[in-house]
Amino acid sequence: MAESLVSVVPEGTADPPITPPLQAQRVIPLRHPGRWLTSVLVLVLLAQVVHGLATNPFYQWDRFQYWFARPVITNGLAVTLEVTAYSAVLGLLGGVLLALARLSHNPVLRVASWCYVWLFRSVPLIVVLLFLYNFSALYRTLSLGVPFGPAFWHFDESRLATDLVIAVVGLSLNEAAYAAEVVRAGILSVDQGQHEAAAALGLPRRYQFTRIVLPQALRAIVPSYVNQLIGLVKSTSLVFYVSLLDLFGSVQSMGSTYPGDIVPLLLVATVWYVILTSVISVVQFYVERHYARGALRSLPPTPVQRLRATVSAARTRVRREAAA
Amino acid sequence: MSTVNFESEPAVDVDGTPGAIEVRDVHKWYGAHRVLDGVDLTVAPGSVTVIIGPSGSGKSTLLRVINHLERPQLGHVSVNGELTGVRWHRGRLKELSERQILAQRSRVGFVFQQFNLFPHLTVLDNVAAAPVATGLLGRPEAQQLARVLLDRVGLGDKSGAYPRQLSGGQQQRVAIARALALRPGVILFDEPTSALDPELVGEVLAVIKALAAGGTTLVIVTHEIGFAREVADSIVFMDGGRIVEQGPPEQVLDDPQHPRTREFLSRVL
Repeated sequence: MAESLVSVVPEGTADPPITPPLQAQRVIPLRHPGRWLTSVLVLVLLAQVVHGLATNPFYQWDRFQYWFARPVITNGLAVTLEVTAYSAVLGLLGGVLLALARLSHNPVLRVASWCYVWLFRSVPLIVVLLFLYNFSALYRTLSLGVPFGPAFWHFDESRLATDLVIAVVGLSLNEAAYAAEVVRAGILSVDQGQHEAAAALGLPRRYQFTRIVLPQALRAIVPSYVNQLIGLVKSTSLVFYVSLLDLFGSVQSMGSTYPGDIVPLLLVATVWYVILTSVISVVQFYVERHYARGALRSLPPTPVQRLRATVSAARTRVRREAAA
Repeated sequence: MSTVNFESEPAVDVDGTPGAIEVRDVHKWYGAHRVLDGVDLTVAPGSVTVIIGPSGSGKSTLLRVINHLERPQLGHVSVNGELTGVRWHRGRLKELSERQILAQRSRVGFVFQQFNLFPHLTVLDNVAAAPVATGLLGRPEAQQLARVLLDRVGLGDKSGAYPRQLSGGQQQRVAIARALALRPGVILFDEPTSALDPELVGEVLAVIKALAAGGTTLVIVTHEIGFAREVADSIVFMDGGRIVEQGPPEQVLDDPQHPRTREFLSRVL
């Protein structure tokens, strides 16, 4: 319909309404009935799930409450945190070294790094852990010295390798293989021009990596590594099989002592794992924001800033509606 | 355009001593593809040399060979009498270590077509990074120098910004300031205005023009023939990995001797 842009009077109307000029018109927002419908459906389903959780006596929420902060559980939680922290740090360090080896000019290092990643991605973590657990039977002592020559230090393996050490070593070995690929992908994602500019300025090699390439690579590394990290938190539940009582291990052992409480105990473990993952996700948001400096023209608002903006927007809207 | 301030003498010493460049019979090839096919070039200290020629003629590669970003298969380059990438050792040529090559590169400035600023650093840190990292200056002195250089390219008010918050022309001017921060005797420009919107070309050329007047040795690869005529002491025309013709602008641009130079100029002028 090619009609005049300003003040359209509908045809055939006996009494044409008085139309205010264009600049005084307010646009009626588009309605989204589909959006409302799907929202209602999802909310109903959600309410049903919550209702089921709350009212089904099978969950025994009173027992959940009893177990949630018992020392036996929190001790297990501490073990989980300890194992995760050590393995995350050692795994990342190993991953950085493996990635650098893989990207180096030395063909022996490249192949060795590839083989390591290939091996540890092929073997299930539980197999690695059980291997290490039986390691003292394979090699009774470890010694430090000239390869194939005299040794200077001897370690008694059964004393060196506590259950915690076995768990951390196993998880780190496994984690490093995956972290290596995450770090390598991050380094490759940095534009070739950045390497060239750093080289053209004659920046020392170490400076090029730590100050120019790595900070930009971290933008790509952080989301993938956090994914890895969350996987790691849950992988720690496998250390139960090398007789370390982590969160899951404690729940498992309490469950066999009190078979009637197995469901609330599993709920306790679930809630604790959810809390750990949530904390990591929050940290991830701020770390990502830190490494987005310069990559975005303006940084995304933090949840607190977003909440403030929403509140103040709502307030102005209410004020405007009240005035109208 | 008065974005460049050369009027007042800066408080810190910002300029390097102009360097000379010698390129001797340089050959560079990738597989069967010959990129440089026996290039000889002499650049006098303090002179401005503009390299023109069709794309794929080896102009950029020649610049990258001078800075040893690319290693020639045959031939040698020297900057200020010092061979790049190699040195004499008991009558034989020995390859330099990476550390030594990096030290040589820090004496030659390089400005890229795509700017290649470090996006995660502020403008000030982009300029101040190299003198600090190479041990030339302490952090406060480097930042003071960076401020002076940013003033010189007309961006004194942008020191806290990140590169992506700037226009292309501003980014390229920061890149020039970054190259200047090492007080190089020679600055190489690889098509510095080719990635810019037409209306931003002028501000970058103005900065380069001011540098040319300042006496630094410049080698510029560009398609801006009018600019070349204005600043160049010598124009080099390259085609097929060779230098076809060279001489002062009025000779090469107005009275080209070689048919290929004439053909190229008839297409771009």
